[in-house]
Amino acid sequence: MSERLVSVDLQESETTRAVVEAIERDNADITVRHMPGLVKLARAGEMVINRGTVEGILGRPWETHEFQLAIVSYAGNISEWDDDQIVIKWEQRAPRSAAR
Amino acid sequence: MKKLSMKQQYHVMTRDLDWDPTYVERNQIYPYLEFEGIKVHDWEAWEDPFRLTMASYYKYQAEKDRRLYAVLESFEQNQSHLRLSDGRYINNMKVFLSGLTPVEYAAHRQFAFLARHLGGPAPRFSALLQSIDELRHAQTQLHTFNLYNKYYDGFDNFRHLFDRIWYLAVTKSYIEDAMTAGPFESLIALSFSLEYMLTNLLFVPYMSGANFNGDAATTTMGFSSQSDESRHMTLGLEVIKFLLEQDEANVPIIQDWVDKWFWRGYRVMALVSVLMDYMLPTPFMSWKESFELYFEQQMLDGLFPDLEYYGLTRPRHVDIAIAEKDHYSSNVYWALYQWNYVTAFHTWTPSDAHLDWLSSKYPDTFDRYHRPKWEKAKRIAEGGGRYYNPSVAPQCQVCVIPPVFTEPGDPTRLSVRISEYKGDRYVLCSDGCQWIFEREPEKYIQAPMPTNQLYRGNLGGPTIPEVVAWFGIDEGVQNHDYLMSGDARSWEEWHATGSLIGGK
Repeated sequence: MSERLVSVDLQESETTRAVVEAIERDNADITVRHMPGLVKLARAGEMVINRGTVEGILGRPWETHEFQLAIVSYAGNISEWDDDQIVIKWEQRAPRSAAR
Repeated sequence: MKKLSMKQQYHVMTRDLDWDPTYVERNQIYPYLEFEGIKVHDWEAWEDPFRLTMASYYKYQAEKDRRLYAVLESFEQNQSHLRLSDGRYINNMKVFLSGLTPVEYAAHRQFAFLARHLGGPAPRFSALLQSIDELRHAQTQLHTFNLYNKYYDGFDNFRHLFDRIWYLAVTKSYIEDAMTAGPFESLIALSFSLEYMLTNLLFVPYMSGANFNGDAATTTMGFSSQSDESRHMTLGLEVIKFLLEQDEANVPIIQDWVDKWFWRGYRVMALVSVLMDYMLPTPFMSWKESFELYFEQQMLDGLFPDLEYYGLTRPRHVDIAIAEKDHYSSNVYWALYQWNYVTAFHTWTPSDAHLDWLSSKYPDTFDRYHRPKWEKAKRIAEGGGRYYNPSVAPQCQVCVIPPVFTEPGDPTRLSVRISEYKGDRYVLCSDGCQWIFEREPEKYIQAPMPTNQLYRGNLGGPTIPEVVAWFGIDEGVQNHDYLMSGDARSWEEWHATGSLIGGK
């Protein structure tokens, strides 16, 4: 099975542009789709948002909690959200019954 | 002193504030956790990836509100309602306010209950935040629609309408069904099935469509709400994984709830399909496209392979939803159009350009099955008439929508199911609703169907004017075709004269 898509939908704004740029920089082969008021990023497998990259582009401190102001929706599982990064991915596990 | 990390702060300021009772039994404090048959062995295993504390929650919620209210103020100052795509657009917001805002408020109450009664500190805290969020959503929606209430009809009586009008019984019965379930079922209903699987369809592509129609106020309100929803989605996903992991005996119970609440939520989305396909004057994305992108691709292809690990399968009857996606909005808008004399918003005959758009979005079906009805309605309108259906229909005993849907394999036949229970016959709109009814008949036979109540004389009287008045609809003002409305006259006058003279 090909890797499933994860995605985030973000509200368009000046700050969001920096976040989008950071996500594009840190996640190869990501697709970006602009809709009215909204930007949708999608990628196979996993997506990471790094505080350091966002801060580098914004030129100011940015805490990962600020991502809440931009995020409209997402598909995937938030597998990590700490001070330095947010990771969204699906769990790649075989069915439990088959694993036994 | 070294600053605590997010993870440490979350533990110190939320979970660690919990304590074990010493002089009362746990089940006296949390009396609702066992009767549904769900087994939880370790509440500590609950993870909340957002790791919020009250301090960080209020900090960011305040910032969201500041941004939203700046937009609302600007919208007001600039009379931005005059730059909407068309005066018809306003009717979207009438449906939203009367059908959804009271649901937000009800959800606020339900999550306050869950914040008190769930068995672990982490889910109680998540539920508490969601309860406050839902109150915020109800309030921000009221403030947003207040901008329109000043100039347009149909916004002043929403709470009364919600309790009485037939099509609003769809959302009312949905939320009351969830609130009268046990705590775990209501979590699967609201947090998982609605928030994770389905709300995207309303709050993401539809809000983008509102933006496309010039409504910066509603777009900002919608995305501001939805930024909380992403936290609610996380709660929904955590709920289902947590319960599935706790005990294998939970799996079949959860599967039943997912099956039930997928279908219940999907039927509520019928109203959203109408907003997307017919009621945005400048259409943006079709129901079918958004269903494919936000539901089929993200949920069925994305999420469900994860859940298979626990033995959970795709929702029962999901294939019917896929099979009827070409017809969903057309069947429901046709119903609202033909019964527009008993709705508290206006409908209209789609323009030729709009019909062409629908043809392009539904190339295999629209011209063959739906366009001819609109062409006929248009001929009637051109002759000075208006097509109405003067008879009343029964409602589905579960979703409360009249049986206006068609058979999944045959769009020329109405889908109607009949179930008998204790000597009475009940109308159901689909295999999905029939399955739900027959699983819990004692619950659903108690639902007061608007048409049955009408025949019993409980809706103000036996005539249409009496029923319209009982619903709380201002006859000749809130109902009937947009072309005959005060809103249409105001809109034309304002745009002709460049002033806000006249109108409401």
